Amino acid sequence: MTTLLIAEHDHETLKDSTNKALTAASQLGGDVHVLVAGGGQGTKAAAEAAAKLAGVSKVLVAEGPAYEHDLAEPLAALIVALAPGYDAFVAPATSRFKNVMPRVAALLDVMQVSEIIKVVAPDTYERPIYAGNAIQTVKSKDAKKVITVRTSTFAAAGEGGSAAIENAASAADPGLSTFVGEEVAKSDRPELTSAKIIVSGGRAMQSRENFAKYIEPLADKLGAGVGASRAAVDAGYAPNDWQVGQTGKVVAPELYVAVGISGAIQHLAGMKDSKVIVAINKDEDAPIFQVADYGLVADLYQAVPELTEALGKLGK
Amino acid sequence: MKVLVPVKRVVDYNVKVRVKSDGTGVELANVKMSMNPFDEIAVEEALRLKEAGKATEVVVVSIGPAQASETIRTGLAMGADRGILVKAEGNVEPLAVAKILKAVVEAEQPGLVILGKQAIDDDSNQTGQMLAALLGWSQATFASKLEVEGSDFKVTREVDGGLQTIKLKGPAIVTTDLRLNEPRYASLPNIMKAKKKPIDDKSVADYGVDVTPRLEVLKTAEPAGRKAGVKVKDVAELVNKLKTEAGVL
Ligand SMILES: Cc1cc2nc3c(=O)[nH]c(=O)nc-3n(C[C@H](O)[C@H](O)[C@H](O)COP(=O)(O)OP(=O)(O)OC[C@H]3O[C@@H](n4cnc5c(N)ncnc54)[C@H](O)[C@@H]3O)c2cc1C
Ligand SMILES: Cc1cc2nc3c(=O)[nH]c(=O)nc-3n(C[C@H](O)[C@H](O)[C@H](O)COP(=O)(O)OP(=O)(O)OC[C@H]3O[C@@H](n4cnc5c(N)ncnc54)[C@H](O)[C@@H]3O)c2cc1C
Repeated sequence: MTTLLIAEHDHETLKDSTNKALTAASQLGGDVHVLVAGGGQGTKAAAEAAAKLAGVSKVLVAEGPAYEHDLAEPLAALIVALAPGYDAFVAPATSRFKNVMPRVAALLDVMQVSEIIKVVAPDTYERPIYAGNAIQTVKSKDAKKVITVRTSTFAAAGEGGSAAIENAASAADPGLSTFVGEEVAKSDRPELTSAKIIVSGGRAMQSRENFAKYIEPLADKLGAGVGASRAAVDAGYAPNDWQVGQTGKVVAPELYVAVGISGAIQHLAGMKDSKVIVAINKDEDAPIFQVADYGLVADLYQAVPELTEALGKLGK
Repeated sequence: MKVLVPVKRVVDYNVKVRVKSDGTGVELANVKMSMNPFDEIAVEEALRLKEAGKATEVVVVSIGPAQASETIRTGLAMGADRGILVKAEGNVEPLAVAKILKAVVEAEQPGLVILGKQAIDDDSNQTGQMLAALLGWSQATFASKLEVEGSDFKVTREVDGGLQTIKLKGPAIVTTDLRLNEPRYASLPNIMKAKKKPIDDKSVADYGVDVTPRLEVLKTAEPAGRKAGVKVKDVAELVNKLKTEAGVL
């Protein structure tokens, strides 16, 4: 059996979600090849990084303008062109691959298994349904497997390999969509899906300014990533890529601090696997306290600055 | 331009589902069902296109049991023109749903299909992308803004790093994200009017699609539980516990 892992990278560096999906890919048992598709110079660097990962036996590189902006149609066409050589296709369940992998699956007439959290056997996996309120064990009867991996539940594979790098056979771009532009926030903070600590704010933050005044200094003290509830994003207090939850990002940091978040099931679905959860909420009956290891019933506008200051005194 | 909107009947988002004790699935008897919230957003977007003079007709389609006609009625009450119910019992996976929708598209010839990005029961996030693949159409998932440009489309998408804008050659598939719009509530007169709107009754057999599941569900289990911890009295105690007990500082 041979598995093709499709790498997540930002056209410069390989993303840690690739290392995590590699762990799942390796658990399928066979050889693992990695496909790095991208536009521009950075693609090579990402491929070299992939070649060093433990457990990778070959890296395929596809470089070209069609792969520069993560458009679904050309990337799906490329993966399908490579398909005859592979038994399984694995990718992290990031927005890029949520977009492209079902397209691959349908073109191969395969039913995709989305967001697996465990490999039980090469054809059997666990995946959460109903916002994580139930865990299904499913066995795929398709000859080829198409799988996306919930990265928060797999450890990152380390280095130690020295795989050969080859050029992938090219595929024609169907030319159905074109890139117009993007708004990508540049930040020095850790990304949500790989941050060890996350501080999230909810509707109670009341404004974008308050996020900057209360949540962000606390996050910076902790070296944390910043998250938000849907309510905070909908209201424009935080950008969309900060949303944690069933329909946002799923995270499992060492420490998750929920500030002014009530704890709706859709939010819990995105953070309840965090190792330690702290909740700050002025309502002592807020459901977030049912999952919090440490709950502080307090007004966030007092408690958060106090906490930031106390951490400062600790030398944070 | 005709707009087709597939709508799914799912367990209401307010319900906390329970796993059956024998591990065969989740308890769906006597549970409140509603239209998948992302599909309400899809219907709303289609209606806005019609109101702006950019779409001529909005057709809602659902694949599911007889009760899925209630979900179609919800779409009609919001303002859609007519419905199609494709009766199917039991588990119809996204790939099979996409194959049925492909046949519906071929019969209806819409210029645009708007789906939800994911159904909140199975959370698969697949159907729209699969439909686009089967039709050989362009796709834009996780849309937060949709503009019609002749027979083409400009779509802004919510992606991991922020927002991406792409242009799609029509006909196209778009899936909705939360920020695309705020769906309207159906008014009482419109609910009454919707009762008279036509719903076409179809069955899977009419489309000749094989819906045999490819995934065998071996079991459904409760997730590992998480116990509530303790309440701390103040910030000092919190910091102390995080440092000494939890060891995360
Ligand atoms: C289809 C669908 C998908 C969804 N997906 C997601 C998702 O991915 N992620 C997500 O988060 N939600 C999601 N939601 C929304 C979810 O149901 C909740 O509405 C949302 O999480 C609520 O956000 P919140 O906790 O910030 O706001 P609220 O529920 O309004 O809670 C605010 C909290 O702040 C507290 N508070 C107020 N003032 C203060 C103060 N001064 N000091 C301390 N505490 C204070 C209040 O006591 C309250 O508990 C989804 C909903 C639907 C229907
Ligand atoms: C009666 C019944 C029983 C079921 N029992 C089981 C079961 O025991 N085990 C199990 O795993 N699954 C079961 N399912 C779920 C189901 O068979 C599929 O998994 C599901 O239809 C597709 O997955 P999804 O909704 O997560 O797709 P997604 O790809 O997340 O859906 C995205 C979008 O596709 C569209 N869409 C999806 N499905 C439909 C539809 N049916 N009609 C119209 N539009 C649709 C909607 O626009 C939706 O927003 C059952 C469904 C029904 C109706």
